[in-house]
Amino acid sequence: MLSRVANSIFWLYRNVERVENSARFLDVNFNLALDLTRVTAEQWSPLIQVLGAEKNFESLYQKYDRNSVIEFICFNEGNPNSIWNCINKARENARSVRGHLTKELWEQINKLWYYIQQEREQSHSTDPDPRIFVDKVKRECQLFYGISDCTISQNEGWHFGKIGVHLERADNTSRMLDVKYHILLPSLKSVGTTIDRIQWVALLKSVSAYNMYSRKHGRLVPLHIAEFLILDQEFPRSILHCLQKAEQSLKSISGNYGQTFQNQAEKQIGLIRSDLSFAEIDEIFQHGLHEFLDQIQIKVNSISDAIYQTYFSIKHQDLAP
Amino acid sequence: MTEKDRHFTNYPLETAFDEMFDSSLNVRETYERYRLFLNDLSLDNLQELQTATDQAQRLMGMTFQVHGDERGLEKVLQLDIIPRIIADREWKIIEGGLRQRIKALNLFIQDIYHGQKILKDDVVPEHLILTCPDYLSQCKGLEPPRGIWIHITGTDIVRDAEGTFRILEDNLRCPSGVSYMLENRKIIKATFPNAFDQIHVQPVNVYPQILHRMLEYIAPASPATIVVLTPGIYNSAFYEHSYLAQEMGVELVEGRDLVVKNDFVYMRTTAGLQKVDVIYRRIDDKFLDPVHFNSESMLGVPGLFDAYRKGHVALANAPGTGVADDKAIYPFVPDIIKYYLSEEPILSNIKTYNCAHKNDLEYVLENISDLVVKETNAAGGYGMLIGPKSSKHDHDRFRGNVKANPRNYIAQPMIDLSTVPSLVSTGFEPRHVDLRPFIIYGQQIEVIPGGLTRVALRKGSLVVNSSQGGGTKDTWVTYD
Repeated sequence: MLSRVANSIFWLYRNVERVENSARFLDVNFNLALDLTRVTAEQWSPLIQVLGAEKNFESLYQKYDRNSVIEFICFNEGNPNSIWNCINKARENARSVRGHLTKELWEQINKLWYYIQQEREQSHSTDPDPRIFVDKVKRECQLFYGISDCTISQNEGWHFGKIGVHLERADNTSRMLDVKYHILLPSLKSVGTTIDRIQWVALLKSVSAYNMYSRKHGRLVPLHIAEFLILDQEFPRSILHCLQKAEQSLKSISGNYGQTFQNQAEKQIGLIRSDLSFAEIDEIFQHGLHEFLDQIQIKVNSISDAIYQTYFSIKHQDLAP
Repeated sequence: MTEKDRHFTNYPLETAFDEMFDSSLNVRETYERYRLFLNDLSLDNLQELQTATDQAQRLMGMTFQVHGDERGLEKVLQLDIIPRIIADREWKIIEGGLRQRIKALNLFIQDIYHGQKILKDDVVPEHLILTCPDYLSQCKGLEPPRGIWIHITGTDIVRDAEGTFRILEDNLRCPSGVSYMLENRKIIKATFPNAFDQIHVQPVNVYPQILHRMLEYIAPASPATIVVLTPGIYNSAFYEHSYLAQEMGVELVEGRDLVVKNDFVYMRTTAGLQKVDVIYRRIDDKFLDPVHFNSESMLGVPGLFDAYRKGHVALANAPGTGVADDKAIYPFVPDIIKYYLSEEPILSNIKTYNCAHKNDLEYVLENISDLVVKETNAAGGYGMLIGPKSSKHDHDRFRGNVKANPRNYIAQPMIDLSTVPSLVSTGFEPRHVDLRPFIIYGQQIEVIPGGLTRVALRKGSLVVNSSQGGGTKDTWVTYD
């Protein structure tokens, strides 16, 4: 497969996942805001902080109010990770590799692009309740994955797409968890209060984990929730699960069926995945959850770089034939 | 005309040949069955179908990038749902004429880059070749695989007021539009499934297979790795490049994906370099290889021409074919046919004044307001003056241009292009059309039945180019 094509497929899927995550992010915070308005003021700034986009946001808006944050995350062209910019990139990636996609998959991404474009044009005149929009975006992204799994041959390209999805998803789950722990609840006083409970439920729902968590652990225990989102082997949005899937895909691409690595990308991901496989949640908390999550994000980036060097960059091929 | 023809009671027939009606508004035989079919539909039905068609095109991503639009505006090339129908007996003439013409033009190019017999025999003036910007001296002595230079052609044909089909332009370089021919048929089939039951239309969907077979035929190795080379997603025809690669199941590459080593061409893959045998290139000659041609080209591949010259890779079309579709050569094509094939041309040209000749030049300068003046090496409806529809100021400007560089201009009388009924908000009106059939030269010369009908959607307009308000129609060649 062409290196450029592999790279574009990787980013196509990664950008779709980013679109979905932004939609989830907004959805949860919006619901949270509705639940909390009586108790406390709406909190919109943490969303921007957890995205690491304060500077970017402040250069575009005066204050952290609902409309500004929604517009920033959904439509603003000045935000490189806005839903609008990500769907644009996804569609551009898809267009350049259309021959590797099915008609159905291409039309799905194209349809979603038209929908978001249309909403963007109307966004100034309509009600600032984004739930219909984000819900639809979320569903359309899930439909994209469904079509992809049912119509695309599970070959090299498909695996690059899967890696894109899983790295992005691991990164996202770590950020979601970070919102709750690092920012939403800086004081220990509210632990166990109603606000606390509402926030934990919201967090679980933001990664569609509420039902699966409840089946497995029942009561809302912060330690268990963190464990579920970081170390669970079965839940599809847990960090460990995502890294395992990405590792499997990487190994399918190189045809590596052993326990070691064949290239830097496999080495990087193998190291991180095995760290997590042998981690215990108590240790993570002792070490500091925020620091731990921060490290995860840095390591996911390093995997991404290693994949680029191994498969996408032009230099590596000057060795052959 | 019967009362039943509810859509056409006020059809404003013009002076042009109408493909559906004769001058007394009787339906021509070609459209007889289609008329019955249309009568069962109301105008509202038809408008709904037109809207659905527009939406289908958008969803499929059948869009093109508008030149010079910074924001990357995308436009749909509008597909008018009323087909252009050609009877098989008319088509057979076009088909035969095109085969003959392509065969002769291919021999002409071979001769130009070898012995130049035709120039020595003074059938075509030598100075026209030497001054042609698309004559590539690098191609001298070149032997393309199987002796074929023009593998893919999209000839422009028009029908004049007498109903005679005539060749307008030869388009031997990188003609585009075939994806629209193919997609239009899919959409119209979905729009009018019943019509296809009643009217038997010759299929066009074999095109990608014929193209693929031809590319294999010219390959230096078997099994061959075939690629389509595109300038990239911002090219206005990217949709087509991507479409053809997908239909043939081959890689779509950009120049940066290819590299030449030891005069072989490779593509950069996740598993290292992979040899490429055939390139269906959709970038112009001069951008192919910065070493041999335009040194500033970012689209091409350094060393590609060396690999080609050594026969390590095949290119379709071959470089250098532009010398034969230069508009200054066009008036000589009938003589070229006679010279190489000893046959009379089946399809005629349009009367053409070659400004390089003194007498013609004088005539053109004097009668510019009645003529269509074209730059010999421009395309897409650019660099063109339609005398009868232009201002005095434009006439003067073109007179100046022509005088300054007569070699670069030809002139033709304005052809009253034939019309086909097209759907407008109030019903049907005639709109002018041309026809671009596609021809593939492999083991045989194959002409796909139909082609792309381009239609000038602006009332009264004779310019069918997409850049100038043109749309398309599905083109049906019926079985007799």
